[in-house]
Amino acid sequence: MDLQIALLLGQDGITNGAIYALLALALVLAFAVTRVIFVPQGEFVAYGALTLVAVQSGQLPGTVWLLVIAGALVALVELVAAARASRWRGVPSTLAWNLAYPLALAALLSAVPLQGLAMPLQILITLAVVVPLGPMIYRLAFQPLAEASVLVLLIVSVAVHVVLVGIGLLLFGPEGSRTPAFSDGRFEFAGMTVTAQTLWVIGCSIALIWVLYLMFERTLYGKALRATAVNRTGARLMGIPTALAGKLSFLLCALIGVASGILIAPITTIYYDTGFLIALKGFVGAIIGGLASYPVAAIGALLVGLLESYSSFYASAFKEVIVFTLIIPVLWWRSLHAHHVEEEE
Amino acid sequence: MSARTFLLLFVAALALAPLFLPAFTVTLLNYIGLYSLVALGLVLLTGVGGLTSFGQAAFVGMGAYTTAVLTTATALPPWLAWVGASTWLALLAGLGLTLIFAAAIGGLTLRLSGHYLPLGTIAWGISLYFLFGNLQLLGGFTGITGVPPIEVFGYALESGREIFYLIWLFLLSGIITVNNLLDSRQGRAIRALKGGRLMAEAMGVNTTDARLAIFVLAAMQACASGWLYAHLQRFVNPTPFSLHAGIEYLFMAVVGGVGQVWGALLGATVISVSKQWLQDLLPKLVGSAGNFEVIVFGVVMVIVLQRARDGLWPAVARWVPLRRPPRTIDPGVPPLARRPMPAPGEIVLEVKGATKRFGGLVAVNQLSLTAAAGEIVGLIGPNGAGKSTTFNLISGELDLTEGEVVFRGRPLHGLSSREIAALGMSRTFQHVRLLPAMSVIDNVAIGAHGRGNPGLLVGVLAGAWRLERRDEARLLAEAARQIERVGLADYMFEPAGSLPLGKQRLLEVARALASDPCLLLLDEPAAGLRYLEKRALAELLRRLKAEGMAILLVEHDMEFVMGVVDRLYVMDFGQKISEGSPQHVQRDPRVLEAYLGGVE
Repeated sequence: MDLQIALLLGQDGITNGAIYALLALALVLAFAVTRVIFVPQGEFVAYGALTLVAVQSGQLPGTVWLLVIAGALVALVELVAAARASRWRGVPSTLAWNLAYPLALAALLSAVPLQGLAMPLQILITLAVVVPLGPMIYRLAFQPLAEASVLVLLIVSVAVHVVLVGIGLLLFGPEGSRTPAFSDGRFEFAGMTVTAQTLWVIGCSIALIWVLYLMFERTLYGKALRATAVNRTGARLMGIPTALAGKLSFLLCALIGVASGILIAPITTIYYDTGFLIALKGFVGAIIGGLASYPVAAIGALLVGLLESYSSFYASAFKEVIVFTLIIPVLWWRSLHAHHVEEEE
Repeated sequence: MSARTFLLLFVAALALAPLFLPAFTVTLLNYIGLYSLVALGLVLLTGVGGLTSFGQAAFVGMGAYTTAVLTTATALPPWLAWVGASTWLALLAGLGLTLIFAAAIGGLTLRLSGHYLPLGTIAWGISLYFLFGNLQLLGGFTGITGVPPIEVFGYALESGREIFYLIWLFLLSGIITVNNLLDSRQGRAIRALKGGRLMAEAMGVNTTDARLAIFVLAAMQACASGWLYAHLQRFVNPTPFSLHAGIEYLFMAVVGGVGQVWGALLGATVISVSKQWLQDLLPKLVGSAGNFEVIVFGVVMVIVLQRARDGLWPAVARWVPLRRPPRTIDPGVPPLARRPMPAPGEIVLEVKGATKRFGGLVAVNQLSLTAAAGEIVGLIGPNGAGKSTTFNLISGELDLTEGEVVFRGRPLHGLSSREIAALGMSRTFQHVRLLPAMSVIDNVAIGAHGRGNPGLLVGVLAGAWRLERRDEARLLAEAARQIERVGLADYMFEPAGSLPLGKQRLLEVARALASDPCLLLLDEPAAGLRYLEKRALAELLRRLKAEGMAILLVEHDMEFVMGVVDRLYVMDFGQKISEGSPQHVQRDPRVLEAYLGGVE
């Protein structure tokens, strides 16, 4: 391998690694706040990418109907809960978000010629359609189990993943798609060609991480999430509802997932089930960070991207094997530091 | 109907089934048997051990591929060729390989929190799937054809009707051995894994090894299922061993009911049958081909976990009321060997300058105390004084920041609570830690886990095949003796969780005594006891003292403490503020100040 190829592979690795890093951060966030190991993260990547594909080809994306149905289910569940407790205060806003919003969005999207819109608008539509599914999934699948063990939550998480992959096949079909690059520019930089898409991915990832950081540091909701992550019971005693923290963290996870999907769609062909493997690489990063440390998770994810890129050069058939085997030394290193037996939560 | 009659009827029905049922149904039953064998391992892991694995399909694949390669290859190296000569040797090779890999994966992840194993198995499942698909030796994604049938005493099991008997023989012996195992010494340790690890370690159970044992067992059951599968299909390719197949096995276990071994069979049946049906129905409904049944399965799984954590089995079990034979304890068996007690007056426990800091908080500060054989020592102080922290430092649940604990002349630095328990120290907990669903006698028997323990491997094998009944009878007799001693004889076979709190505390005392300790740490044993019960407990403590045991007692009931102890230490804010006889301590102005506020 000469330097040129090494640099090219490095560029590839960093681009993918940046996306894995975003996903790793989302996984750490979800785990810290809700103890859910968020396996369906990958489906948001695929849904985001494929919804954008549908919008760009002028079709009404199938995810809109999923949003309408999921919203209706949430509304139903909330109404039943409200009727049982005879507490009707939050119901109007619940109905607005879960019934009115999806229906209004569906009506709007069927009326507007999607194909002709500018790309930023198409991206915005994609976000508006897919991201609200995050909190809805939390409400339907996880909120009733908020006090269950990590193990039960993990099994539910995998079940939700399987359901979403099945629905993905139903909505998008088995064919893979790509979206056009955000821009076609190329630059010469230190003797190698850098595509504009690479810069977009890296730039957007850094911007998104920065926004998240500001949110956690500066806003009340961000602080509430941090408090919940540190001590769930304590946060609840201080008046932070667990359900709100859960929905909020799933909203952020969905946002990060969809954004990653939109960023990666011009680089890789996305199928309805591709998201899982992409998110799993974020997982490997998150595990390197012990599902606890944001910076270590991000660096770990970058490492995964680089490892994947270089191993695809040397042994392309075995690149997945190599990437997933990486967690073995990581787990080994972690287990050296595990001294005391802990009760499972 | 008794369980035995039911089992016999079931076996008779199975024996007749292939003679009368159509080929399609026999094939379905074959697959149900294969899937149940894998799901059985998951019941053991998930329902009993509180762990789970998404990678069981990869172990199935390991069994299938090992036998397929060995029995079809023409150019094996000579040192390996003899294994390919018989399908049974190939089974052993597959089991051996599975043992090595499962032990490696388990060894890496099982010391960590419980969610690292399932995460590790996801990565393992994916890696192995790609390895199956990409290795030339394994035939790539097209797979290996021409796998020979299994031969039993020279008779080849060529048809589905013939291999049917072998599959169900494997499954039934799997179910029976797992049931046996759970009802043995190691089985109790395994049943303590879910929600009782801390307690089990303090009773001398190596919970990491117990976790490893069930993971390896589950993997080997999956491997055996793969071996049968390869010789039923007579060909293998990577598809049935993917991660999604692994997830489907977990569906079966969860839907059937992870709490009970028969749940595996029920779950595999329900999922296999409904899969057949949904695969016909759904594509017609949605108008395109695809595995849409997974949507239904996933939704059902979420609903089961939200609404009925025990799966379908309890609902089915209600229709088949099985009588369980009453359990009996044979008091005539020879008692378990006891450890030599230290001489009366020998210093058993010495704590020197113990300090524990949690961040900025000093929970215990420069505490020193001793306890001698044949002595009851009290440790009192207001709430938050650091008494329970001191207990945790002595018994090894917490690490000292500074200082030293010496037990029978041996510094305990760096030892885990399990190793310390093995030296002859036992304890009760301030917040009772017991396994509420298990009977009182099983809970107490965990205390005796380390006595005459033949080790994990022997214990698991002997337990699975009921070769340790004599040993088990001695263990249970010992547990029963301790239960009678603390006055709980009437509750011996009740679930521990049904006892009132005070009696649960007495159960903990019995459990601690079952380990035959020479130092007993009791954390508020009298809380929640009634007057007569307290008197009986005080009487018991005096008797133990007379036998030469050293007892360290944390208690808030002053009347009880002052009546029973020889010496007292008083703590406040992590410091020792007074020590001496009850009379001396009661007059100490510092003690009065700590308890009652300033005395002018």
